[in-house]
Amino acid sequence: MFDSLKDKLQSVFSGLGKRGTLNEADVNAALREVRLALLDADVALPVVKTFMDNIREKAVGAAVLKSVRPDQQVIKIVNDGLVDMLGGESKPLIVDVAPPAVILMAGLQGSGKTTTAGKLALHLQSKKRKKVMLASLDLTRPAAREQLRALSEQAEAGILPESDTETTLQLAKRALKSAQLQGYDVLILDTAGRLAIDEALMAELREIKAAVNPHETLLVADSLTGQDAVRTAEAFHEAVSVTGIVLTRLDGDARGGAALSMTQVTGCPIKLVGVGEKLDALEAFDPARMAGRILDMGDVVALVEKAAEAIEEEEAMRMAERMASGKFDMNDFLTQLRQLQKMGGLGGLLGMLPGLGKMQKQIAAAGVDDKMIKRQEAIILSMNKRERVQVGLLNASRRKRIAAGSGTTVQDVNKLVKQYQDMARMMKKMGTKSGAAAMKAMLGGGAGGLGGGGMPTAEQMQQLSQQMGKSGNPLGNIQGGKMPGGLNPFGGGGLPGLGGFPGRKK
Amino acid sequence: MSWLKKLTSGLRKSSEKVTQNLSSLSRLFGKEKIDATSLEELEDALIMADIGVSAAIDIVAALKGHKWQGEVTPDAFRQVLAEHLTEILTPVEKPLAISEDHQPHVFLMVGVNGSGKTTTTGKLAARFQKSGKSVMLAAADTFRAAAIEQLTGWGLRTDTPVISGERGSDAAALAYRAIEEAQKNNIDILIVDTAGRLQNRQELMDELAKIIRVMRKLIPDAPHSSLLVLDGTVGQNALAQVKAFQVCADLTGLIITKLDGSAKGGVVVALAREFGLPVHLIGVGEGAEDLQAFTAKEFATALVGLDPEIDLA
Repeated sequence: MFDSLKDKLQSVFSGLGKRGTLNEADVNAALREVRLALLDADVALPVVKTFMDNIREKAVGAAVLKSVRPDQQVIKIVNDGLVDMLGGESKPLIVDVAPPAVILMAGLQGSGKTTTAGKLALHLQSKKRKKVMLASLDLTRPAAREQLRALSEQAEAGILPESDTETTLQLAKRALKSAQLQGYDVLILDTAGRLAIDEALMAELREIKAAVNPHETLLVADSLTGQDAVRTAEAFHEAVSVTGIVLTRLDGDARGGAALSMTQVTGCPIKLVGVGEKLDALEAFDPARMAGRILDMGDVVALVEKAAEAIEEEEAMRMAERMASGKFDMNDFLTQLRQLQKMGGLGGLLGMLPGLGKMQKQIAAAGVDDKMIKRQEAIILSMNKRERVQVGLLNASRRKRIAAGSGTTVQDVNKLVKQYQDMARMMKKMGTKSGAAAMKAMLGGGAGGLGGGGMPTAEQMQQLSQQMGKSGNPLGNIQGGKMPGGLNPFGGGGLPGLGGFPGRKK
Repeated sequence: MSWLKKLTSGLRKSSEKVTQNLSSLSRLFGKEKIDATSLEELEDALIMADIGVSAAIDIVAALKGHKWQGEVTPDAFRQVLAEHLTEILTPVEKPLAISEDHQPHVFLMVGVNGSGKTTTTGKLAARFQKSGKSVMLAAADTFRAAAIEQLTGWGLRTDTPVISGERGSDAAALAYRAIEEAQKNNIDILIVDTAGRLQNRQELMDELAKIIRVMRKLIPDAPHSSLLVLDGTVGQNALAQVKAFQVCADLTGLIITKLDGSAKGGVVVALAREFGLPVHLIGVGEGAEDLQAFTAKEFATALVGLDPEIDLA
């Protein structure tokens, strides 16, 4: 129902040859498409208008760089404008203060406050080495307190003991006192969901804020939100002076225009984003990535980064050496499978690629799913040490034993062995110089180029895809050619970035 | 306060953007035609209600062709707009019906995280209890922390038995057991609450399909009602949600929640045009009685900010 903005802009400018500068008529035509794209991404209309005015000024008369087409130039201007409006660089959470640092969570019902509070506790404990206490001030929703308590256990954070006799305000005060007494570094206060127009509840929120004087007042908002995002953000900001926004459910396929609306009306940065149901699925906000998402340019940067993160450097070096020497055994295969799982499985990975979201179903239909990876892992784990290194040992009776041990069939084991052999052959090829060069180019050139803040040009994207295709990574083989033809935008090589790449971004 | 007043007051209290925008059309009063600027403003107003760009363009085009009789006053204009929206929404206005032939009549509640499935399940239980049916709930959200406790809380509040299992247990197995229990106890209505899932997470959608598959082992035509619970504040992603859930959960209808806030739920108009799925109920508050039948005329009236007392022709 909505062609990508890139295609539309290309057609707007298709009649034009290369020109020195962008003239007003071209820009207006292009910006009409941009406007529609932003509205379709749920950016609030008043925000779109402000944005368009800014952009028009910048775009008209802008010199078109050599070697860049006018549509690319416009995308670049729009993208930079979006990044700028989304807050430029990402801003960290203020927690390094005289303890306890107090974080107040607020938002509409169902925006994800309680889950985010749990995630934040885990994040601060494990990454920032803070001692965190959680406290639920939600006396409205049934079992909200139980939910927070369960999350505190998962995050191994402290929790304020409940009480049925206190008001939310009394609870907040008691939470602060006990966090102080027990030497917590951070106190996270979860509050009940409330409508921005509910004056009584907004007044309560103001009272809580006044009583605990938080260092951060975070508005938790759903990235699926529509035009209402402006009104909600405005109302909360007016009532309790929000210091930052947490955008949840960014693992969905909404384009997330609400992000732009809310930063614009509050002037507050988005500090964190929720990207999954698991407790560790909380990330720092990246304006550049968000801009790409709103403009529907895919999340290639995220993918490259995630790949780099999941693959520990040492592991990668070891793998690279083994590949180069043509050695690749079942242990290596297992490592690959586990890395894939770490990256959120096939589902998480596909969701990040432009235009691939819709394909997930087809891929699932072709029998490639996360369960298959689990099964393969089980098969390898059912082999003994010698078998894992010397795959040749696997005769019929061993295979039968392995199938029984892993709860699979001998056919499954055979399939895995076949895939392993294909992969080992591929690894040998990659050991050659040209293979290594392609990989290096992909990580160095690709990641550096994309992460450098600019928008990847169409050429860059294509290059990247080609390199990804060429690198012939193992997943392509795992899928064993079962993927329907033409499904894979990266050529025959399978999904990008999954192999044990030597070295990461410098 | 009547629910319509509640709905309308919610829509009015915070931002009267639609209304405001429409009253800024005042410059055309006295004229018998509407000029281009006013129509553009109307389009903006519709977009700001989450109706979506393409629906907004079509509606504006339709209004452009309207033959005005005499002066165009703001209320007259709104009325024509409301009538037009009513026309779009009327085909999806269908009350939630249960068939006496099913024992139990099985409801399946699906939706993305935080849309209000569990709360709506509780409210539905209260509603059916009141009408004298025997109701049973199944806490098949075995993923979210304390989701089971939340539904159990509603069970206590509404005096409804709740079938639940361990957190992290298999949701499909639980749904199966709930049907067995409901059959054994001659329950009229079984409502199965499921975990929230984003529609682009294929593995979670597969899990939902499995729940249905397993339920059908006991009752081949279950679920008799497969309801998508949609957050009224959602934007254009609602279209993607309906599309995906329709594929894997054979939706029979929609429930729109959280319409007591400042969001207008205009996306319902886009959904009606695109899918034509029945909209059964709307949620306009936190109380058990705040789940109300959806009526096209009243929704349209509230959406354009007309006084509910004014009767549409």
